[in-house]
Amino acid sequence: MKLTGAQALIKSLEAEGVEVMFGLPGGAILPVYDPIIDSTIRHILVRHEQGAGHMAEGYAQVTGRPGVAIVTSGPAATNIVTPLCDAYMDSIPMVCITGQVPSTAIGTDAFQECDTTGITMSVTKHNWLVTEAADIPLVVREAFHLASSGRPGPVLVDVPKDVSNQLMDWYWPTDADVEADLPGYRPTTRGNGRMIREAARLIATAERPVIYAGGGILKARASEVLGELVALTGIPVVTTLMARGCFPDSHELCLGMPGMHGNYTAVTAMQKADLLIALGSRFDDRVTGKVSAFAPEAKVVHVDIDPAELGKVRRPDVPIVGDCRLVIEELCGALRALDGAAGEGLVRPDRSPWLARIKSWQKEFPLRYEQDRDSSVLKPQFVIETLRDNTPEDTIVASGVGQHQMFASQYWRFEHPYTWVNSGGLGTMGFAVPAAIGAKVGRPDRMVWAVDGDGCFQMTAQELVTASSERIPVKVAILNNAYLGMVRQWQELFYEERYSEVYLSPDLPDYVKWAEAMGCVGLRVESPEEVLPAIEKANQIDDRPVVIDFRTDSREKVYPMVAAGTSNDEIILGPSQGEGGR
Amino acid sequence: MSPEPIRHHIVSVLVENKAGVLARVAGLFSRRGYNIYSLAVAPTDDERFSRITIVVDVESAPLEQITKQLFKLINVVKISELDPARSTEMELLLATVWVDAGSRSQVIELVGIFEGRIVDVSPGALTVAVAGDPARVDDFEELMRPYGIVELQRTGRVALPRLDRQPPRLRSVSGRAS
Repeated sequence: MKLTGAQALIKSLEAEGVEVMFGLPGGAILPVYDPIIDSTIRHILVRHEQGAGHMAEGYAQVTGRPGVAIVTSGPAATNIVTPLCDAYMDSIPMVCITGQVPSTAIGTDAFQECDTTGITMSVTKHNWLVTEAADIPLVVREAFHLASSGRPGPVLVDVPKDVSNQLMDWYWPTDADVEADLPGYRPTTRGNGRMIREAARLIATAERPVIYAGGGILKARASEVLGELVALTGIPVVTTLMARGCFPDSHELCLGMPGMHGNYTAVTAMQKADLLIALGSRFDDRVTGKVSAFAPEAKVVHVDIDPAELGKVRRPDVPIVGDCRLVIEELCGALRALDGAAGEGLVRPDRSPWLARIKSWQKEFPLRYEQDRDSSVLKPQFVIETLRDNTPEDTIVASGVGQHQMFASQYWRFEHPYTWVNSGGLGTMGFAVPAAIGAKVGRPDRMVWAVDGDGCFQMTAQELVTASSERIPVKVAILNNAYLGMVRQWQELFYEERYSEVYLSPDLPDYVKWAEAMGCVGLRVESPEEVLPAIEKANQIDDRPVVIDFRTDSREKVYPMVAAGTSNDEIILGPSQGEGGR
Repeated sequence: MSPEPIRHHIVSVLVENKAGVLARVAGLFSRRGYNIYSLAVAPTDDERFSRITIVVDVESAPLEQITKQLFKLINVVKISELDPARSTEMELLLATVWVDAGSRSQVIELVGIFEGRIVDVSPGALTVAVAGDPARVDDFEELMRPYGIVELQRTGRVALPRLDRQPPRLRSVSGRAS
């Protein structure tokens, strides 16, 4: 069967089981857009290519399947660099197709030409410049294989216009074809048996162990086996920003989020631990604080599918390369074996003092804020709590980056995996709206709320036009404090309250009118008593997006806080410590 | 020439012989601010693969991270860090040197001592080729300098683990790509 490269590309995406792609056409990708009319794949027309990328990420984060974005050459390709980098930092499987100028024009500074593969080399797991239409099926299969296996990540396929128009003989490559063409790619998934037994012994004999669960748990679909490990060992768990939801917050051994804005118990339990069991986490600087002072007494068992993570920041005592799910299963087996003859002579310390200490921290230093019900000043935390308590337990929450993101992560109660979608590593402002749209497309059965800041919202809000026209009923809660809040917080605390270029104004733009102009329902909330009615109203609307403009307190700051570059021992609990006693 | 790095590492990287692979490899060094001291690349006996021999002046700890990151590149098949003391290294030097009636025979004699060859001749200059251990090539270069070097080009070293006596200390990076 003779097909054009463009037809082969779409047929290949269909063969990969793609249901939806997010994109925006243009000159160089035109041939590929023609067969889309006849394809089973749903195409969602975005308003900016960055939106296409973040939607693909949101889709991937909630479904576990690679998100697909398709855009043209030049400026479209550069516009999608941010989502690619975001997906790379957070290990999100994503396949990005870009058009390219015709082969003969490459390198001539042709209209809308840019060196897409060169630009994206350092923000993709791999990329290809396709030179023959005959290569397309193999490249597409490899793209999906690379994006979703090993440590997942974004890949990019750059297709010159003449290649899209070239005729080829259709074929569909086998697994063996893919393997033969990727001689350097053999991810290790099973852990080393000796290392696993070694880890099991450390776990069995630790007095103050903590499980440090990272995003790798979610990527490996390992939530269930993590639960098994906790049931088996009774070890408390911290869930990083990327791992929220991988272990239920309601579990008595869940300590919540560690790190710069983690709660006191999660941060301090890691600091005082004698064993950290790092599962799919990467010792990010926002978790460790000053590395040399991080968990000084702890031995480290580090499990990651990416060997480069082991020893990158903290040298582990027991490094295990492998898939989290498989390794945790093997670890559970090894721990059970220690209950038998293999464990004879092991001294198992009494952990009840440790657990009691943790309990006392939880009691003494819970997350705190004060909402005066009679005051007109609305606290952002109160909005999050009210939203949390008045939405289904499996609601998907997407957030942008900044104070609202931290409040959401701190105050939401995550009970299920894949209910939290955010930009962790890259910290991409503007992530929430398009990511929420992608998530809703992936899980139309779930309620999806974007918790956004006013600064973030202004970066990508136009994608609500996409949501309205495609009938994707996401809901957006803007915590509108009229500032770039997190920057304001740092300027207040570390730059002597010299506020430089952070004021945004609460009513410019008018968020309600803007929402309405984009085909959404717009609501405004200015006082605590209006919060619940607005949320209830929004929850009832299911035929279009809803935006609520919550006018929140500009002065509210995120606590606890570990100042950048300081030790996690120097955690600041609240205003009395952070503002010189004011 | 610039002085020999105090602690250089030789990294031998077997890659797929495809467009853009060298840029991917070089990018991992440049983005961390490490200068590649020398680099040689050519297809192996199996033309599907090329071997890149990189000499880099970097501490061991960052080198471990770089080699691990290199191994994550999809087109990288194998990486070995070669211990200079336990590997055979070779480098080729081509140099055009001013000669006159008096110095011509001296240059030819030195080329003979270094088992090199005269590859081109003109009335006022000779182009000579010397291959061998990089330190020996350094010596030859120094000896040529007083005669007046018109142009000089070295290839950068290529290296393979030494076979003698002990099993080769070919230290593959542990773990696999992900």
